[in-house]
Amino acid sequence: MCLAIPGKVIELYEDHGLRMARVDFGGTVKKACLEQLPEAGVGDYVLVHVGYALSVVDPAEAERTYRFLEQLGQLDELDVPEEST
Amino acid sequence: MKYLDEYRDGQVAAKIRAEIERTVTRPWTLMEICGGQTHSIVKHGVDRMLPPSVELVHGPGCPVCVTPLEQIDKAHAIARQPNVTFTSFGDMLRVPGSHTDLLRLKSQGADVRIVYAPLDAVRLAQEHPGREVVFFAIGFETTAPANALAVTRAAALGVKNFSMLVSHVLVPPAIAAVLEAPGNRVQGFLGPGHVCTVVGYRDYERLADRYRVPIVITGFEPVDILDGVLRTVRLLESGKVGVENQYSRVVSREGNPAAQRLVASAFEVCDRKWRGIGTIPRSGLRLRPEHEGYDAERRFAVDTLETAEPSVCISGEILRGLKKPHDCPAFGEACTPAHPLGATMVSAEGACAAYFAYGRRRTQEMSR
Repeated sequence: MCLAIPGKVIELYEDHGLRMARVDFGGTVKKACLEQLPEAGVGDYVLVHVGYALSVVDPAEAERTYRFLEQLGQLDELDVPEEST
Repeated sequence: MKYLDEYRDGQVAAKIRAEIERTVTRPWTLMEICGGQTHSIVKHGVDRMLPPSVELVHGPGCPVCVTPLEQIDKAHAIARQPNVTFTSFGDMLRVPGSHTDLLRLKSQGADVRIVYAPLDAVRLAQEHPGREVVFFAIGFETTAPANALAVTRAAALGVKNFSMLVSHVLVPPAIAAVLEAPGNRVQGFLGPGHVCTVVGYRDYERLADRYRVPIVITGFEPVDILDGVLRTVRLLESGKVGVENQYSRVVSREGNPAAQRLVASAFEVCDRKWRGIGTIPRSGLRLRPEHEGYDAERRFAVDTLETAEPSVCISGEILRGLKKPHDCPAFGEACTPAHPLGATMVSAEGACAAYFAYGRRRTQEMSR
């Protein structure tokens, strides 16, 4: 129920004073309300829940978290002897 | 899809799992709050990747599950009325009330419609001025802004034939209820990432401090959840309490202040009954007095209804993390997603429905 999905803003428009956007979710385009996300623009990824954008996805934070996880235990792996030797 | 696929990477998951194994020295019981996390954990088998000493129990964060029987019965009473178009998120259609469900009412001729967004219900009301359009506004803090927007929009546009049946719930009072329950085993929490996207996590810092527990605000993909478990176990192993933010790509400490202002303009805090748990003080939202003209309960006079919950169902204990689905004699037998007896079997995010959908039958679990 609290499912929210990141999608890319491809177009901004106004609907009777409401700030709206067309958002691309991996090929499926749906409209979302951006009224409470004034900083979001075309090209940004936003987190959408029931047609309402909750937050802009921070690309730097996403990169940082992921790189950190990717590097977990890397030193240990260097300790593993190579099978070919 | 960007920001989803990489957080399902099996190699990264295996690294985190190995790190959890290196970190843990004694048994720990963690609770994931959100039903979306429960669903992801069971679907991807995250709990089975963990060392046996780290147990995940499933929390009360499934709004469909905890919507009280009275509100479901009120929804049915309203939907039955001939001039009403009753709109709801799809998850609510099969939720059993005392006597029926919305899908059955629809098959019997009631005008029941699924909407994707609450604003769609307002538009439906504009398009059908001769009908009363009612929206079933359920959810946690995540859904509150979208539902608040619907009522403030209806007010701004002067849409008089729109109203909402509100059954909103809040997460922090439920965490407090879990921690204060006799027999509580939960030592740390994976916090609800999307709830905190809206409200931030200051309230969670207060909870962590008051109850001396670690809370890690966590996302929904398997890599997020494993990372949340690792961080919680590290805090527990080092005797630390407090809040960490695993889901920093969308959650900030302050959340979304504009969305919070929108919610505050439409709703106010109230006591709320939770299905399977009972009344939790100040755990819900209702319409503010200035919007009471949009309150479907007033408009349709459905205040007093007799309700009846099946006695065999143990969903209350499951929602508080005291029991698991296969502890219930009805699980998978008398109670299935097609014929749910109680809260946790009715929504895909309920613990019982997730266990059933991904083949966690009793025999398999017992031989584990």
